[in-house]
Amino acid sequence: MYKSWWKIASIALLIYTFIAGFLWEVPRLPLLQETIRNLYFHVCMWFAMMILFTVSVVNAIRYLRTFNLKYDIYARHFAVVAIVFGLLGYLTGAIWASYTWADPNKPAINSFSTIARDPKLIGAAIALLVYFAYLILRDSIQDMDKRARISAVYNIFAYAILFPAIWILPRILPSLHPGNEDNPALDVKNDISGSMRIVFYPAVIGWTLLGVWITTLKIRFTLLKEKKMMP
Amino acid sequence: MLEVRQQYSFYGILLYIGATIFVLFMAIEEPESKVWNGLFWVIQLFICINAVAKSFLQESKGRMLYFYSIASPTAFVLSKLLFNSLLMLVMSVLSLLLFTLFLGNPMLKAGQFVGLVLLGGWSLSLVFSFLAAIAAKAQQNAAIMAVLGFPIIIPQLILLMRLSNAAFAPLLTIPVSTVLLLVALDAMIILLAVILFPFLWKD
Repeated sequence: MYKSWWKIASIALLIYTFIAGFLWEVPRLPLLQETIRNLYFHVCMWFAMMILFTVSVVNAIRYLRTFNLKYDIYARHFAVVAIVFGLLGYLTGAIWASYTWADPNKPAINSFSTIARDPKLIGAAIALLVYFAYLILRDSIQDMDKRARISAVYNIFAYAILFPAIWILPRILPSLHPGNEDNPALDVKNDISGSMRIVFYPAVIGWTLLGVWITTLKIRFTLLKEKKMMP
Repeated sequence: MLEVRQQYSFYGILLYIGATIFVLFMAIEEPESKVWNGLFWVIQLFICINAVAKSFLQESKGRMLYFYSIASPTAFVLSKLLFNSLLMLVMSVLSLLLFTLFLGNPMLKAGQFVGLVLLGGWSLSLVFSFLAAIAAKAQQNAAIMAVLGFPIIIPQLILLMRLSNAAFAPLLTIPVSTVLLLVALDAMIILLAVILFPFLWKD
């Protein structure tokens, strides 16, 4: 991952996302109107978060197979950056919801407790809480090998329970959030038109690559620090 | 196991159940069925944490070493899971009895609800047994178990509460697929525990 082409690709895709996302035609749906452009940002945040959490778990598994501490550091930093993306997803989602879901006759904040009951928001909150707990668990142990082992085990255990639950719950509970019938995140066939798809997919890739880039920088920094500590 | 050796801890949990439900009895009288249901599952959750946390957290280091030398990790974790499941089933039945005694009985389909309570108690005990193992290895107290466990248990609790709500409403039926889903989740937890526990075990 030290090559630079994918970093350039990430920047190019994001520039494309911003220009095309803000300027191109979008379908005018009732209620949504121009806010549909948030799709290129809000949904991509969650995609990037899911992908980064998955990478984190894969690294946890790799750690348990090889006991190489490098993978533990990978797993931690991917989890941290995924949390950041999750928080950004909430932020963009809150902006979106305040224009579409919130009761227009009251201040948007008053609708919070109603909106927060939505199963997808609950699922995302659970995911973030799990990984906050992961960070607390990991940083509470002093011994390096033990820390890596225990946090990897929790990472895998939590992920394995959490993600089926996130995919199942929205299908059972009622929800306002789009994509209720089939795919919990969004219904690609019906929800977005063809013209939006050619912006949306590159946007997902661009944001994810940006997340990976941030993570690799953090990982390299940590590895250098560790190297300095134990020559 | 631990509860047989240290019987006071077993009676401690019994007293915990009794005391908590008595406090609830003092705090509210005859709650409506939705509140009853919510309270019941929250109390179940706390009983489970207290009952199950002991299984790993109170074992001394020497005894763990002894177990390590006589049993394989798989056999050890399975026996722990089995014992905790049985313990939690007993506790669930007991707390259900006390609940109906003190807080009234809004159940319309008692048989189904008892089945759900047993299933729920079993799920809770499985998840928290494994988390207790993690917390014990991290040399932490029961507080970290709550931090680790609550987010993980929320999906199952939501399912359980929805299912048991159906037991209070005359017109709703309990969907079998959701029950099967819970059973499948439990099976997965057992599988994960068997796979992952060997990594926690060796020191």
